[in-house]
Amino acid sequence: MNFRVILARLGGLFDRDRRDSELQAELESHVQMHIDDYVRSGLAPEEARRRALHKLGGVEKVTEAYREQRGLPFLETLAQDVRFAFRGMRKNLGFTSIALLTLALGIGANTALFSVVNGVLLNPLPYPESGRLTMVYSSTKTFEHSSVSYPNFLDWQRQNNSFSTMAAFRDHNWNLTGQSEAERLHGYMVSSSFFPTLGVAPLLGRNISADEDRVGGAPVLMIGYGLWQRKFGGSPDVLGRRMILNGEAYTIVGVVPANFRLYSSDNVQIYVPIGQWNDSTFRNRRVGMGTRVVARLKPGVTLDQARADMDSVARSLATLYPESNAGSGVSISTLKNDMVEDIGPTLLVLLAAVGFVLLIACTNVANLLLARSTGRSREFAVRSAMGASQSRLVRQLLTESTLLGLIGGGVGLLLAAEGTKPLLAAVPHALPRAAEIGVDGRVLLFTLGMSVAAGMLFGLVNALKVWRTNLQETLKEGGRGSSGTRQRAQNVFVVVEMAVALVLLVGSGLMIRSLVILLGVNPGFDTHNVLKFNVTMPPNLGTDPAHIRAALRQLHDAVRNTPGVQAASLEGDTLPMDGDSELPFWLDGQPKPATDSEMNWGLFYLAEPDYRKALGIPLLRGRFFTDADTERSVPVVVIDEFLANKFFPNGDALGKRLNLGLFETQPEIVGIVGHVKHWGLDTDSKSKIQAQLYVPVAQVPDQFMPLVRQGMGMVLRSDVEPMSLLPAIRHSVSQLSKEQVVYGSSTLEQVVSDSLADRRFAMVLLGAFAGLALLLSSIGIYGVISYLVGQRVQEIGTRMALGAQRRDVLQLVLGRGMALAAIGVVVGAVLAFALTRQMRSMIYGVSAADPITFLAVSLLLMLVAVAACYVPARRAMRVDPMMALRYE
Amino acid sequence: MGEKEVRQGTLALMVLKTLESMGTLHGYGIARRIEQTSGDLLSVNYGTLYPALLKLEQEGYIASEWGVSENNRRAKYYRLTRAGKRQVERETRDWQETTAILARFLASEESR
Repeated sequence: MNFRVILARLGGLFDRDRRDSELQAELESHVQMHIDDYVRSGLAPEEARRRALHKLGGVEKVTEAYREQRGLPFLETLAQDVRFAFRGMRKNLGFTSIALLTLALGIGANTALFSVVNGVLLNPLPYPESGRLTMVYSSTKTFEHSSVSYPNFLDWQRQNNSFSTMAAFRDHNWNLTGQSEAERLHGYMVSSSFFPTLGVAPLLGRNISADEDRVGGAPVLMIGYGLWQRKFGGSPDVLGRRMILNGEAYTIVGVVPANFRLYSSDNVQIYVPIGQWNDSTFRNRRVGMGTRVVARLKPGVTLDQARADMDSVARSLATLYPESNAGSGVSISTLKNDMVEDIGPTLLVLLAAVGFVLLIACTNVANLLLARSTGRSREFAVRSAMGASQSRLVRQLLTESTLLGLIGGGVGLLLAAEGTKPLLAAVPHALPRAAEIGVDGRVLLFTLGMSVAAGMLFGLVNALKVWRTNLQETLKEGGRGSSGTRQRAQNVFVVVEMAVALVLLVGSGLMIRSLVILLGVNPGFDTHNVLKFNVTMPPNLGTDPAHIRAALRQLHDAVRNTPGVQAASLEGDTLPMDGDSELPFWLDGQPKPATDSEMNWGLFYLAEPDYRKALGIPLLRGRFFTDADTERSVPVVVIDEFLANKFFPNGDALGKRLNLGLFETQPEIVGIVGHVKHWGLDTDSKSKIQAQLYVPVAQVPDQFMPLVRQGMGMVLRSDVEPMSLLPAIRHSVSQLSKEQVVYGSSTLEQVVSDSLADRRFAMVLLGAFAGLALLLSSIGIYGVISYLVGQRVQEIGTRMALGAQRRDVLQLVLGRGMALAAIGVVVGAVLAFALTRQMRSMIYGVSAADPITFLAVSLLLMLVAVAACYVPARRAMRVDPMMALRYE
Repeated sequence: MGEKEVRQGTLALMVLKTLESMGTLHGYGIARRIEQTSGDLLSVNYGTLYPALLKLEQEGYIASEWGVSENNRRAKYYRLTRAGKRQVERETRDWQETTAILARFLASEESR
């Protein structure tokens, strides 16, 4: 049958009445012409009519043959099946709604999670030819992905042969003044190649030019869509307007499109040429300053070719600048991988988990269908006796179940479409690319596939049974059906459900245990009642170190004297789990290592005397800083126990000196404090840099003071709920200068909690799936045991009539349920043992085969199974022996 | 099954050939013409004629429209389309080949 015929036949399915009457008319005219001919040849009209009709044969037969040629018999039976299935669903509303709800939940959860996987892992990034975009990092033996110093970036840009364009960008904060209230603006410093590399054209105006991307270039900037709307009302004459950033006037030359986003850069509001920044530290080849590099591969160049090319660039730079570059290589990954590789394994585990939920849902529906089909076996027997082939019956069953799957999937799709956004909003920071998650063609296709597959899956189990059943036997049996096959199938279902539910419970149990253990981990500081925030410095402060020091002291005093503050300290925006800064050092009496990569590296913190008190870090030996440690006194440093133990194993650290690279100072070690879990509760002990050293804010060398001016952090311990102090602190700071802005405030409890966001995300979802699995499987076992009780009413009645006690009956029923549940638990435990190994990266502090978790969830599952069986068991106990016997 | 198909196949070609020589014609006319041409050896079964006409129309070889007969009867008229003309040639060639081959077979059987 060619396409044209199929089309014609499809058309034939519609408008049947008109087509039928047209055929009638045609046949009628045929007969009439035939009669006319007979009459013309001399026959009497009556005789002519008789002969004509005789010759024509049965009109009905012709019509039937014609109809068959007209439409597609396959489609017509399908339509018939669908109509029949709908009628069946309406007749059995209870069954239909339970089955649909189960499927909708199962498919909905799958759709929601798949839309997340699709948006985060599968979809290309929203830039043209985004597959060619890569992130290029410096890599050293301590950091695989470390930021790139600006001089290195410029050399990379010039010397590489693999990238069509390469761009640098880094986070930065500016103080916006001159327009209403002073405001802190977060933005990117970008090279002029930034937007061209990403392939993003400005919505309005132009890009930053190469001429503007250098020291002394015209001060220009581009602004984000949000700022454009907020500050300029979206007016097109924003181009050429000025903004005062850190006391300097910048001219707006372009507006960036609304949907532009790189990493979680939602709060990036301005884009300022990076090349204009003339800070000596920024221009130091040894310092990365958080500068990242994004580059677009030339067409046809592979990642490996680019890696080889950049390796040779790095080698030549290492020869030229051994102190900073020796031992430092280049690490390249695609932009997409760089954004999502951390979350990938978690999402795949979750997708598998939600697939299990659907499996349970399908099993439940299959069970329901099975129960119904036993009731319908008489119907099937009659239909087959009337000539329906078995394949025809199976086809009808599959049609019915597929229809169920499709409707359930439709409802599930609605649930997912409406429910995903609020769910994601409930776990912020947990996912990259969260804004790109939504329902698209691929998600629709996935849901459709899921629905049909689910329908086929549970329908097939059922259809197989009909296929095997001897329908003649059924008729003889009086339509009760062969309950043996049915019970076996049901038992298998219950075992499968219990097993799968156990796997999910173990998974989420392990996640919960991990989180509980993590929350119990001592971070090395006391998070209770600690507030952190950032403050911008007044734009007219200038660069004189003495002025900056005085301004910092004023700021400290203003905050310290705010009522409710117990202890306050400036800090260098490098609190534990919230930013980091490293400093190279070597021990006194040892030769200075020739290159940075041979140095020892430590996390370094700027601190004031009350820092230790504010964070509640224990002092182990010596002293912390005092007000006597000033820029004029002997330089001092406090180290943590890790550094002390590693470099002074004899316990003689106090009084020794450290040589600090970059700072070029030799401070004396005056105290040892406890180690702080800087890199997070879970990963700190695995990180390569654990040594920590504290330097007094007052003793920061003069040449770094301009950097300090860019903005400091503060941390304070309060008597009261810390966030409630914020208005008072804002007031105190504004007394100093109207142009200083307090921003980035958070409690340390929140900071620690955020550091566990992705774990919590995985735990909440796994927990939800496990809960759903528990609910569905308990419904499943309830259904089976209820059915069992219903089937055995007579037997139970007989037993009771013969003297069995209610307790015996309870035992009989519960025992059956327990036996099934127990087999399920054993099978599930084996399965879980094999599968939870895949979760190793997600759990902490417990083994993937943690016996406590396994035991606890097995017990929980058994308890739920008992509860589910208890309801039908009670019904069995109340069986009246007389009634049961009479019924027979 | 096979027997029926052969008959339908022949009928289709007869219909097409009839329309080729007669131009536009209604179903009754086609039936009569086929019977006459066959020397009344064939009697066209209407139960197969109309489905066959529908099939040919679906395949695009013929087209139909309602008209009025010479005796003022409303009737559905069929005519050959361009694809139908090509089909007649193709089918004719096929049949001639088939009959030629068959004839040779039968001849060789006789001469043995």
